[in-house]
Formats: sequence, C-alpha cells, structure tokens
Amino acid sequence: MSEEQIKSLEEQFEARIARDEKIEPKDWMPEKYRKTHIRQMSQHAHSEIVGMLPEGNWITRAPSLRRKVALLAKVQDEAGHGLYLYSATETLGISREEMYEQLHTGKAKYSSIFNYPTVTWADMGAIGWLVDGAAIINQVPLCNTSYGPYARAMIRVCKEESFHQRQGYEIMIKLANGTLEQKEMAQDALNRWWWPSLMMLGPTDAESIHTEQSMKWKLKRKSNDDLRQQFIDQTVPQAELIGLTIPDPDLKWNEERQSYDFGEIDWDEFWQVVKGHGPMNKERMKARVNAWENGAWVRDAAMAHAEKKQDRKEKKAV
Amino acid sequence: MSTKNWPLWEVFVRSKNGLEHRHCGSLHAADEEMALENARDVYTRRSEGVSIWVVESKHITASNPENNGEMFEPAQDKVYRHPTFYDLPDEVKHM
Repeated sequence: MSEEQIKSLEEQFEARIARDEKIEPKDWMPEKYRKTHIRQMSQHAHSEIVGMLPEGNWITRAPSLRRKVALLAKVQDEAGHGLYLYSATETLGISREEMYEQLHTGKAKYSSIFNYPTVTWADMGAIGWLVDGAAIINQVPLCNTSYGPYARAMIRVCKEESFHQRQGYEIMIKLANGTLEQKEMAQDALNRWWWPSLMMLGPTDAESIHTEQSMKWKLKRKSNDDLRQQFIDQTVPQAELIGLTIPDPDLKWNEERQSYDFGEIDWDEFWQVVKGHGPMNKERMKARVNAWENGAWVRDAAMAHAEKKQDRKEKKAV
Repeated sequence: MSTKNWPLWEVFVRSKNGLEHRHCGSLHAADEEMALENARDVYTRRSEGVSIWVVESKHITASNPENNGEMFEPAQDKVYRHPTFYDLPDEVKHM
C-alpha cells in the first residue's frame, strides 16, 4: 500500500471511532492501534493474574468461613478476568505464549500495586476497598472503549467486580468496630495502601505520555488526575464513616472546588516500583514463572491424553 | 518444556431456554471435554447459562470485512423486502 492509501485508511478509521463505531478483530487498523492495544490489554490481563498472588497469601488464614468463601470467589474472579482479557488480546494476533513470555521476562508490565506485601488480614480489607475501588474507576470507562473485544470483556469484568470492593470495605468495617488491636490493624493497612492506591491511577497528566492518543481511541475517557480526584472524593467519606484516618496531613475539603485538596504523591517511589525495585517484584515474578514451569508436565499430559483419545476414536471408526 | 500448546476454543452460552446460544469469548483447552469444563468455570460462575457450546476456533469460517461491499451491499437497495415500501390507504386496518 502507498503512503497516501494508508493515510486515507487511517483517516477513515479515526472517523469511525469518532462516530462511536466499534473496531472488530478482522477490521483494518493502524499498526499503532494494534500495538497500543496489545500492550494495554495484555498488561491489564497480567495485572489480574499477578493480582491473585497478594490475596492468595491469605486464603488459608481467613478468619471465618464467610470470609474464606468470599476471598476464594474474588481470587477466582481475578483468574477469570485475566482469561477474558488474554483471549480478547489474542484477537489482535499475539499468542498466549508470547504474552506469558513477555510477562515472565519482565518485558511486559503489570500494575505496580501488586508489588507490595500483604502482611496482615486487614490488607485483604484495604485491597478490596482501595485497590479494587481505584481499579473500578479506571475500568468503568473502558466498557465504552473502541475495540469491541476489549469493551465486551470489560463489561463482564465491571459487572463482577462490584462485589470485590464491598467485601473489602466490609472487612474494614468489622475491624474498625472491633478491639483496639483490630482497629489499629485496619488503620495500619489504610496507612500502607492509601498512597500506592492513588498511584494506581497513573502518573500526573503532565508526565503521562499516552494520554492524548488514548483519549482519541477511547482507551481513556478522563485524565489520570481527574480519575484520582474522583477516587479521593469518594473514598474520604467512606474512611470517615468507619472512623479511620486518611494518612495525609494536607488533605482538606476545598469548598470552592467542592473537592478535596491533597498532599504531594511520592512519584520517586512509584517509578522505583515500576522499574522493579518494589518490595515484592522479584517474589511475584518468581511465583508466576514457577507456576508456569511446574505446570508444564500437566499441560503436556493433558495434550497427550487428548491425542490418545482422538486416535482411539479414529481407530474405532475404521 | 511444553512441546504443543493447547488449541483455542470459542464459547457460546445459552442464558436460558428460549434464547439462542451467544458467543461470549474464547479459551484454551486440550480437548472438547476440558473446553466445556473450562467454559463452565470461566464464563458461567454466576449462573449465566443453562447450556454451553464449544467449537475449536480453527473450524470457524468468517467473512472478511474487506469484502463487506459485495457481501452485504446488495441487500441495501432492496427496500421492497420491507413492509413500509408498499403504499396503502390510511383506512386499511389490520395489515
């Protein structure tokens, strides 16, 4: 194709998205659209999969059967969400194995939040309440994104995710109304998860390199800073309601803006964790790679069994 | 290390009797039995279905959007296939 032809195709393509038409797997698309979507969607899938690890840590030690079934169901949902997103990404022409390879070699990123440790039971509450809360704010706009398979996967994810945040907040309510030690445990979890949760909404608009293009393709509907403000404004009253304190001395209601002003985020910490120097980066990757490698014989055995069954069926037919 | 990767399957779910099976996504599985079991776990965790079909993706033949012109345009100028094409006096009832 000549450069001119490509340019005209690109213009038609952008016009389709501007008209709110969806793009489907076999449609022509600019290479950059394909690459950007593979990157974002696979990272999203990786985040769901790695996101099972911090919570998996507490399944066997959940304080009651009620908490245990809920946590199990939540972690199972995360596996499901990872699978929806992996298969949606495969429609863009990348194989599952390639994506795993990118995750395991560190070429692909996943959400940095999962590189923090889960040291107490209250962390299960804080993760559901804050981490899933921030994730929902990030994800809801994606239900309307331009790439059909991604939008459909996100509708499913968002529908299932609403229980995740509620079960987390319920854990926090219970601890905050418990003994002094339990309340302290809840406050400590909030102290550790608050700032990383704010970072989940992405670098400030001034630093964000992908925003403009992503807005055009509806991979983003609101800027990172707007989403962060929305998260803070909705979460602060939830903390107050259960008598917990947001660990930010600069946090203050701004009457004029009808929003909370908040303190400086430590972006050095964010970039350190993104670059692999968070407290749990190595641990998380080790767990993923081990799961994949130790499962190889199971995958091979299942394949051998399937082939044997097929052979037997064919022999019978003769 | 694994020598062969599990093939890709398309999953169709009937949400209740009376409705058609609808495509809801895809997954990897070694054979049809595993594909059905995985489909149950991945796509019907909240009672979304009463029946599942799985078909290996390679068996699906799809039209090419680049040929949408010759494929679908011929139907566009056949307005006489729709009831509104026919002129009837307002007095006519039940038609």
